Amino acid sequence: MKNPALALLGAAACVVLGLVAPLDDYLIKLLMQAATYAIAVLGLTIVLGYTGQISLAQAAFFGIGAYGVALGSTGLGLSFFAALALGTLLAGLFGVLLGGSTLKLGGHYLAMVTISFQEILTLVLTNWVGLTHGPDGVANIPRPTGLVAAPRYLALCLLVLFATAWAVGALKRRPLGLAMQAVRDNELAASVVGVNTYRVKIIAFALSALLGGLGGGLFAGAFRYISPDQFSFDDSVVLLTMALLGGVEAATGSVIGTALLVLLPEWLRFLRQFYLAVYGLAVILIMVFMPAGIWGFLAGLRPRRVAMPQPGGLVLGRAAGEGALLEVVGLAKHFGGLRAVDGVDLRVLAGEVHALIGPNGSGKTTTLNVLSGLYRPTGGSVRLAGREVAGHAPHLLAAAGLGRTFQNIRLFHSLTAFENVLIGAQAAGGAQAAERAAAALDFVGLADRAGAIAASLPYGHQRMVEIARALAGNPALLLLDEPAAGLNLTEKQALGQLLDRLRGLGVTLLLIEHDMDLVEQVADRITVLNFGKRIADGTPAEVLRHPEVVAAYLGEEAGHEFA
Amino acid sequence: MSIALQLLFTGIGIGAVYALVALGFVLIYRATNVVNFAQGQFAMLGAFGMVITTEGLGLPYWLGILLTLAAMALFGALFNLGVYYPLRHRSFLPVVISTIGASILLTNGVLATYGPEPATLPGLTDLPGLNFGGLFLDSQYLAIIAITLVLVVLQYLFFERTLLGKKLQATSQDKEMASLLGIPVAGMIMLTFVYSAVLGGIAGILVAPILFVSVGLGAQIALKAFAASIIGGFGDIPGAIAGGLAIGVIETFGAFYISVPYKDAYAFVLLFAFLLLRPQGLFGEKVSQKA
Repeated sequence: MKNPALALLGAAACVVLGLVAPLDDYLIKLLMQAATYAIAVLGLTIVLGYTGQISLAQAAFFGIGAYGVALGSTGLGLSFFAALALGTLLAGLFGVLLGGSTLKLGGHYLAMVTISFQEILTLVLTNWVGLTHGPDGVANIPRPTGLVAAPRYLALCLLVLFATAWAVGALKRRPLGLAMQAVRDNELAASVVGVNTYRVKIIAFALSALLGGLGGGLFAGAFRYISPDQFSFDDSVVLLTMALLGGVEAATGSVIGTALLVLLPEWLRFLRQFYLAVYGLAVILIMVFMPAGIWGFLAGLRPRRVAMPQPGGLVLGRAAGEGALLEVVGLAKHFGGLRAVDGVDLRVLAGEVHALIGPNGSGKTTTLNVLSGLYRPTGGSVRLAGREVAGHAPHLLAAAGLGRTFQNIRLFHSLTAFENVLIGAQAAGGAQAAERAAAALDFVGLADRAGAIAASLPYGHQRMVEIARALAGNPALLLLDEPAAGLNLTEKQALGQLLDRLRGLGVTLLLIEHDMDLVEQVADRITVLNFGKRIADGTPAEVLRHPEVVAAYLGEEAGHEFA
Repeated sequence: MSIALQLLFTGIGIGAVYALVALGFVLIYRATNVVNFAQGQFAMLGAFGMVITTEGLGLPYWLGILLTLAAMALFGALFNLGVYYPLRHRSFLPVVISTIGASILLTNGVLATYGPEPATLPGLTDLPGLNFGGLFLDSQYLAIIAITLVLVVLQYLFFERTLLGKKLQATSQDKEMASLLGIPVAGMIMLTFVYSAVLGGIAGILVAPILFVSVGLGAQIALKAFAASIIGGFGDIPGAIAGGLAIGVIETFGAFYISVPYKDAYAFVLLFAFLLLRPQGLFGEKVSQKA
């Protein structure tokens, strides 16, 4: 956390700028507009920048906040701040409803639904004359007592903006903010390391709507007159452009972008009616040439500092117990007519290294995806430590002690190695999470690369970070999907040693692997799949001599009955 | 009863236009996995192409149509090169935002050039229309329905019966595999954009005589087309057509029986209902994310 003295200084600067600076009326209006817009744009920082969800209704939430203040104070006779709270909460409530109905689905649904919501709101504001006064709008909106003078009200707006920007900036490094960025970078991976992605997306969207409402409420007080055309789809687009131009992944960027685009039209008067078209062009150009925006571009030039605690030894806190840790009976997963997994039985004993092998397309990865909750099984039972968990959501399985890695590595590519692992450690909570993450990163030998951005790490290191991320979740059972794929000989040897050390920690391993040397070296027992069915099960010595297994791998005579 | 039939007919006519735009939108989605938010503006440009060539330049109607469609084909190519191609290796989000930018650029570029005053166009035909015992079938709506039907059949035959159609399908299913098999993937995507732009243009030309031609036309149609594609089952071609027709019919009935000012809201109410109750749409299968 940054220095609180700095925060006080900034807040004081806002008040001074509002009250003391010799501003003419016009400039005060402009600054009020910039400040209230910027608060709404900070909402987009959360939902689009941190969480990667496109909302095209920010002006609608802005409008709900504005109408909340306007109608609450002129119609219901509420005080300004009560009306502001009403408008803000109303916007947040709509955010929850809209997000809740949409965010289980893919990314483009939210974009479309928010556009629809925006259009419906415009229709309602214009046509429900009894409630909203229709196209004429609402006039004579009061300001709070004591803050009626324009410079004072400006000071209020700047103060709220400063506090919001501070909070949104701080959120980025908090567990919730990290979870949001995990969802943005790789939603599947986020879910298997324990992030409740649906919940995180709803929170992000609701916060964004709240900030939209807050900005809009202050806007209504600033201009004292509002009408439906101020909260149209075009305005949502303007808010989006502001966020993108400044840099949507940082609070500072949103404020910069807003200030520029509020002031630019004044400087770009010569463009006259073309200025919105220029916004559109700017959006395309920013996406092509400067996707991180102005601030993202500048910030990208600075190295990132990481506050990682001194790593201690990694302790996995779950007792391995006795007998079968994982007991799978008759597991099936069908895709339409394709029986990818067709009645597989699998018993993984506590403390063992169990390999799952089979030719390409035999259903290994599908099995893993069902076990980790990414696919719902078509049938069968899965018991983890005696509890039935078939069909449970990935984040619940993670909490129940199941960790996994992916064949094609899925890291949170824009976060540091340490942050990746930290997200995996969140179940431990607070300082313990950081300690656990540091220990896990150290365990795979990458403590000195903690501050490196995941995408910049070499391939072998990325695999290790992914394993560390899974370990940080304190798994009883770790599923590894082809951990040796793409590793060179030295790295493979190191992986073999790492697997041995993992066994020493007491974690049970279920491993999909094509590298038979590695399998023979580390596995206690092997299960072989072919065409979605189990064809053999036993110790390496038994299984690798099994005629059906030999046939499945080498395609000899006996293989025909499976073809 | 005859009122209901009359409304049904009108609804199918306007729904056919939504279906055409939804179709272009689904084709691009299948080829590139990108939701093209400028698809409605393609229809707007088509309508303005007709205004410019026939009203502005005084060309005959058929020549106006040819020139407009040629211009739309060229525009589709430029759109691909300017808006999609530079971002093709990036994730979903930047590309979608880029198409949103294109939509803003097109709307406001046309607005700044031609102003907000809506233009009107004469109908596609001067034929009087048909009368079936109280049910009046307007010739313009009949033309829209007939042309849409022909286009849908032609498109089906093209995708199912020609090699080029199969190559396009292969591209949309697995780009990597398609390119390993020697299919020029970039060319197929280019073709998809060109075809989608032409489809959008046709929708614009068809709808221009029954709605006012204004810059708002694009957004108005696009939103209905988006809703149509979700209701039909996202990415599903028959679904896009069924969804478009459903929305046309429902908003026509809603406008008559409930309220006219909220005409544009019915599609969205239907959309929300589907999202809550049947998000996979009419024909969609529940697809899992590939891990």
